[in-house]
Amino acid sequence: MAKTIALEIVTPDRKVLAEEVEYVGAPGINGEFGVLPNHIPFLSALGIGSLYYKKDGKKRYVFVAGGFAEVSPTKVTVLAEVAERAEEIDLERARRAQERAEQRMRQQQEKIDHARAQAALARALHRMKTRQQAASEGGH
Amino acid sequence: MASLRDIKNKITGVKKTKQITKAMNMVASAKLRGAQNRIERFRPYADKFYDILVDLASRVEPGVHPLLAKREVVQSIGIVLVTSDKGLCGSFNANLCNAALRLAQHKEAEGKTVKFICIGKKGRDFIRKTPYEIVAQFPEHMNSFDFQLASEAGNLVIEGYLSGLFDEVHIVYGKFVSLVKQEPASAQILPAQTEGVEVSGPQSEYIFEPSVEGLLAELLPRYVKVQVYRGLLDTSASEHAARMTAMDNATKNCDEMVGTLTLAFNKARQASITTQLMDIVGGAEALKG
Repeated sequence: MAKTIALEIVTPDRKVLAEEVEYVGAPGINGEFGVLPNHIPFLSALGIGSLYYKKDGKKRYVFVAGGFAEVSPTKVTVLAEVAERAEEIDLERARRAQERAEQRMRQQQEKIDHARAQAALARALHRMKTRQQAASEGGH
Repeated sequence: MASLRDIKNKITGVKKTKQITKAMNMVASAKLRGAQNRIERFRPYADKFYDILVDLASRVEPGVHPLLAKREVVQSIGIVLVTSDKGLCGSFNANLCNAALRLAQHKEAEGKTVKFICIGKKGRDFIRKTPYEIVAQFPEHMNSFDFQLASEAGNLVIEGYLSGLFDEVHIVYGKFVSLVKQEPASAQILPAQTEGVEVSGPQSEYIFEPSVEGLLAELLPRYVKVQVYRGLLDTSASEHAARMTAMDNATKNCDEMVGTLTLAFNKARQASITTQLMDIVGGAEALKG
């Protein structure tokens, strides 16, 4: 039995990651799910949040937003609009985005703007969370 | 006849123009490389995306999602026209605009109304002069755009479609065939067409989360954006390729012109030397006399 499963994360702009990993934990839209090698075929929409995978016993984190995952026994393919590895996340930028979004939400202009600000805020918070998780693992 | 100095000035001018066109050619080729890379990087995403979408759509009736269902009465057509912001790229933009106009006229002949969404300045300027309405425009974005732009335009398309502003949406863009060949192409974005697309690889039985319908609801709006983004990437690559060709031609024309002018210059110089000689010889003869 194979001990690893291929994990591939692609966005419209680039291939973020392609690695052989031992375990993948992903933020499914109905809650987190875990994938081990030889998982049955599975297709799920992803929420905003941090995806993590284990390689050589180490946990690594990737921030994903607006995507979905296709799981086959040998491969996990994640298609996301945005995906950043924890070490690539720009904390300063996320913090600024958070402030901007919060400010916009206070102003309460139009409905659509509000929804957009909320989405931006969620992205910013999850980016920071992903980074913190990665930091607390001591990996990066 | 032009004086020697006039010709010389002209030669200098043409040479300067040639420097510029040559530089623009090189800039365009560098940008083209970038655009091609982006297409290459986008392909894995797009291919996988289509595979999954088509697979999902084949499992359900089109009626389950409004973006998938064909409307019985199609009255209003939306056309997303993607062009470049800048000119100096041959007939590239003109071709695109004409293709869009033909499509619009064709639809109008069927008794439908046509509205435009223009991405890129050239297309907008063109459509402005036609009687068609422009519902939205995104000028000055083609120089540096990312998925966000496709996302914004895509959202507009979806909103317009769901609110009944459009019953059908098409995209007209510059398809990048090769370095020397770019052609206007059009594709239907909405309602999403999933038939007739080949699925690569065997279909497997999945567990779906949430449901097939739920996933489609997530995927279809993104499908629109992916289509728009593909149009943007292709148009951008085509634009640079077209500019490269145009500038290459311009550089060649400059060379040719410098050649002709130099010939004229030499002739004029020779003529003046001959006249001077005649004068001297004539004068000497007169003195002898």
